[in-house]
Amino acid sequence: MSDPVVLTKKDFSSDQEVRWCPGCGDYSVLTALQLLMPDLGVRPENQVFVSGIGCSSRFPYYMNTYGIHSIHGRAPAFATGVAVARPDLDVWVITGDGDGLSIGGNHLIHALRRNVNFTILLFNNQIYGLTKGQYSPTSEIGKVTKSSPFGSLDYPFNPLSVAIGAEATFVARTHDLDRKHMQEVFRRAHEHKGAAFVEIYQNCNVFNDGAFDHITSKDKRPDMLVQLHHGEPVVFGADNQYGVRLNEYGEAEVVNVAEVGTDALLVHDEARHDPTVAFALSRLAETPTSPTPMGVLRAVSRPTYEAEVQSQLGAAQANRGPGDLRALLESGGVWDVV
Amino acid sequence: MTDSGGIGQYTLQTVAGSAQGKRGHVTDTTSATRRPESLERVVIRFAGDSGDGMQLVGDRFTDVSAAFGNDLATLPNYPAEIRAPAGTIAGVSSFQVHIADFDIVTPGDVPNLLVAMNPAALKANVADLPPGAAIIANTDAFEPRNLEKAGYHSNPLDDDTLSAFTVYPVPMTSITVEATRETGAKPRDAERSKNFFALGLITWMYTRPTEGIVEWIDERFAKNAMVRDANMAAFKAGYHFGETAEIFETPFEVHPATLPPGRYRNISGNVALAYGLIAAGQQSKLPILYASYPITPASDILHELSKHKNFGVRTMQAEDEIAAISVAIGGAFAGQLGVTATSGPGVDLKAEALGLALSLELPLVLVDVQRGGPSTGLPTKTEQADLLLAMYGRHGEAPLPIVAAYSPSHCFDAAFEGVRIALKYRTPVIVLTDGYLANGSEPWLFPNVDELPDISVPFTTEANHLNEDGSTEFWPYVRDETTLARPWAIPGTPGLMHRIGGIEKQDGTGNVNYDPANHELMVHLRAEKIAGIARDIPPVVVDDPTGDADVLVLGWGSTWGAIKAASRRVRAADRKVATANLVHLNPFPANLGEVFARYPKVLIPEMNLGQLSRLVRAEYLVDAKSLTKVSGLPFRAAEIEARILEMMNV
Ligand code: SF4
Repeated sequence: MSDPVVLTKKDFSSDQEVRWCPGCGDYSVLTALQLLMPDLGVRPENQVFVSGIGCSSRFPYYMNTYGIHSIHGRAPAFATGVAVARPDLDVWVITGDGDGLSIGGNHLIHALRRNVNFTILLFNNQIYGLTKGQYSPTSEIGKVTKSSPFGSLDYPFNPLSVAIGAEATFVARTHDLDRKHMQEVFRRAHEHKGAAFVEIYQNCNVFNDGAFDHITSKDKRPDMLVQLHHGEPVVFGADNQYGVRLNEYGEAEVVNVAEVGTDALLVHDEARHDPTVAFALSRLAETPTSPTPMGVLRAVSRPTYEAEVQSQLGAAQANRGPGDLRALLESGGVWDVV
Repeated sequence: MTDSGGIGQYTLQTVAGSAQGKRGHVTDTTSATRRPESLERVVIRFAGDSGDGMQLVGDRFTDVSAAFGNDLATLPNYPAEIRAPAGTIAGVSSFQVHIADFDIVTPGDVPNLLVAMNPAALKANVADLPPGAAIIANTDAFEPRNLEKAGYHSNPLDDDTLSAFTVYPVPMTSITVEATRETGAKPRDAERSKNFFALGLITWMYTRPTEGIVEWIDERFAKNAMVRDANMAAFKAGYHFGETAEIFETPFEVHPATLPPGRYRNISGNVALAYGLIAAGQQSKLPILYASYPITPASDILHELSKHKNFGVRTMQAEDEIAAISVAIGGAFAGQLGVTATSGPGVDLKAEALGLALSLELPLVLVDVQRGGPSTGLPTKTEQADLLLAMYGRHGEAPLPIVAAYSPSHCFDAAFEGVRIALKYRTPVIVLTDGYLANGSEPWLFPNVDELPDISVPFTTEANHLNEDGSTEFWPYVRDETTLARPWAIPGTPGLMHRIGGIEKQDGTGNVNYDPANHELMVHLRAEKIAGIARDIPPVVVDDPTGDADVLVLGWGSTWGAIKAASRRVRAADRKVATANLVHLNPFPANLGEVFARYPKVLIPEMNLGQLSRLVRAEYLVDAKSLTKVSGLPFRAAEIEARILEMMNV
C-alpha cells in the first residue's frame, strides 16, 4: 500500500454500463462506496466483491475489482471460500432481503456466527425487484403484491435482530438517502475484524416506492432516525427532545427527555459483549414507520474464522513439520515384497 | 490360478470332509500333531450385533493378514442406524474378508467361514453360505429371547437347520467373562470383549501372527487399563481355546501372495482418496481447500483430510451441502484447489453450484461416494446409480468430466486424475467412487512419490488482449488454443481485475451477454472443451489374451473386481472372454468405438438399471446388454460368470 499514486473513484469503477432502473436506490449506494474506496487504503486488485442474485447483486459488475456474481442466496458461502483461502484479501458480500434472508438465510447466519472477516451489505427494499414485485421476507404483513393479492400472511424478519441472534460481531444500519452516513457505516464495517453486517434501507422506486419515506425523507429524519453514537445517551429529534431508555423488562422504548431526565436514558455501548441491549435496540421499531435506530448497534471483538484456520495450520506445521507425502503414504504399516 | 479354485474344494475337503457332524464334533487329532493345512484362499465373514464390534475385529484381522503378505479384499456391511435394536436382524453388522496367496480382486462371493455372534447374525447370513461352509457360533447368545428376536422357533444349533454346514459351537461370552475375571472387569463389561475372543480364535485358526494385534490392543486402549487388559485376556483366551479345545481339526495357513515387488500398505478407498487429493495438492503446488457436509459414506474423507493440516490442507465442515461446494468454488476463484465430497443426496443439492463452477470455468473436484438411492435410500450400502446424475444432473447444456475409481486403492489415482483434469481444463470434475470402495480395503503397492507427475498450472499474470489503440487489458474468457481452457487470474494480481458470474458471458471479454449467437457459441465451446479431453486420456485397454473373444465385458467403477474374477473363471474353463474397464466416463476414451467394433457381443454389468449401457448405446449404437444389480451389495463373480456363459450359449 506504499503506492504513491492517489486512487480515485474511477479506479474502482468498471467499464460496464450500470443497469438498474432510473431512480433506484442502488445507484446512491454504489456511488457512496466507489467514492469511499480510495480512502480505505486497499488497492482494487486486493478487493473481492461477491454477490448472489437480485437487483443489488449486479453490484460487483460495476466495481473495478475482482468479483463473483454467484447463485441465489449463496454469496456468503462463496465469500467464505475466498476469505479462508486468502485472508490477505478484502472481501465484500452484496446481498438483498430475498437473497440473504430467504433463499440464503442459512449461509448468512452461519457466516455471521463463524465471524468470517468480510463485510456484508444487505440491500433491504422489502420487495423482490428482479422477479418483478413479489413480497419478501422483510415485507410488512398484509403487503399486497402480485403473489399476495389479498395481502401477505408472512410475519417479516427484522434483519438486525436476525444478525444479532446469529452471533454477529458487527451490526449496523444505514439508508440510501444519506451518503455521508452510508460512508461512515461502511468505513466502520470495513475496519471491523470479522463479519460485519450492514442493513441498507434501499428504495425500489418501481415495485415498492417510498417504503422508507416515513422515516428517511428529509423532513421526517430528525424525529424518526435514532442516530446511535458510542458512549453517548441515545437521543433524537430536532432538539434532542426524545430519547431511548430500557424499561423494567429490558425493552427499549422511546421517551420524552424532559419527562424522564437525561440520566434515565440508555447510554449506547456498541462494545458490550452481551448482545441483549443491542437486540433490544434492534426491536425499537417494529416497522420502519416509527423511530428507527441508525448507525452501529454492535461492534465487539472475537477472533476471525480465517485467523483461527490459519493458526491451526500453523500449529500443525510447527508440531509435525511441513507435510511429507512419502511419510504419509508409508504411515500405518508397510511391508516389502521382493 | 483363479478365483474360482478354492471355495467348493476347500470347504468340502478340508472342513466338512472331516467334520460332517454338527454339535461338538470332536476329532481325535491332538494339538501336538496338528500341523497347519495350506489353503490358497479363504473368505471369512464376521457377523454380530452392531454393538458387538465386528467391524473392529474385521479391520484387525485384515491388517494382520495384509502385514503377513496375503492379498486381500474386504466388504464391510453395517446398518444405517447407529444402534439398531440389539439382537434383531436389522441390527446385524458384518465384515467379510477374503485372503489369498495370489492376487485377488473381490471380497469373495461366498464365505467359507461364518462367525456368528448371535442368532440374528446367523439368520441374516446363513443364506449366503455354500453347503459345507463352516460356522462358529457363540452358543451363549443362542438363548430363547435372542432366538425369538431373530425369528427362530427352535435353536438352530440343536435341530437340523444347519445340517449342510459344519458347526462349531463355542460359548464365547462365558469363556470371555471367565478369562477376564482377573482384570477386575465386571461381567457386564467383560462380555463386551467377546469380539476379541472371536478374533483370537480366528487368528489361531488361520495361523496369523499375534504380535500386531497385541501391540494394537496395547496402544489403542492405553488410556483405559481395565479395558485393555480385558480385551487382551479375551484375545489370548480365544487363541488358546483354538489350540487346546480340540474341536477344530487343524489350523489353516494362507501363505503370503506373490505380488509384484515393491512396498505395500493396506488402504481403504476413502483414505486412498484423501491421500490422492493431498498428493495432487503437492504436485500442483496448490493448497487444498476442502469443504464438505457430513454424509455417509463420504464423511471419512473429511475426517482423514482434517488430520493433515500440516500439508496446508484447509478443511471446513460447512453448514450444508450447498455451502460446502460454494466454499470450494470461492477457494478456486482465490487460487486454491477447491474440493468437496458427498454422496447422492448431496450431489442433488450441489447441482446448481456445480453449474456455476462449470460456467465460471474454474477448477473444482466433486467426489460422489455413491450409495443406494433414490432419496435417503440405503446410506450404508453401495450402488452405482449416480452415473447419469453425474453426466446430466444439471439444467442447461452442462457437460463435465467424470472419472471413476475401480478399487479401494485406485481411489488415490482417480482423485489425482480428477485434479489434473480440473486444473488443466479449468472445469469442475466429478470423481465417482461408491460405498463398497470407500469402506473396502486392499493391499496397495503405493507410488513412488518422486514419480508422481507435476500437474501444476500457471496463474495468469499479464493482460491478454490488445486493444486497437495499442492498450492492453485482461479478458477472462480468452481460451487456450489446445485445451480451450480460460486463464486463471487470481485476486491480488494487479491489472487483471475481472468479474464473472453465472449469467451467460460474452466470448473473450466475459462480460454479461444475452446475444443469441454468442450463447450458441459459448454452449458449443464449453462442450468442445470437455469433449477435447478425450485427446488427453489413455485409451481403454482390453484384456483379451487370445485376441479373438466374442464377448466383451465392459465395466466401470467397482464392478471391475467382479468382472475380472468372472473372466478368470470363464478362462479357467478354456473359454474366451474379453474385459475392459472405463476410468473416464466423460469423455469416453477416444478408442472406445473402435473397441466395440471388434466384439459382436458386449455385456455391461452395473449396480444400477443400465446407465452406462444407455450411454454407450446412444453414443456408439452398439447393442450392449445390461446385467444389473441393485441390492446394495456388490456383484458376485459367479453372477457375472453365469451371464457371460449365457451369452456364449453355453
Ligand atoms: S426493480 Fe427496484 S430494486 Fe430493482 S433495479 Fe429497479 S428500482 Fe432498483
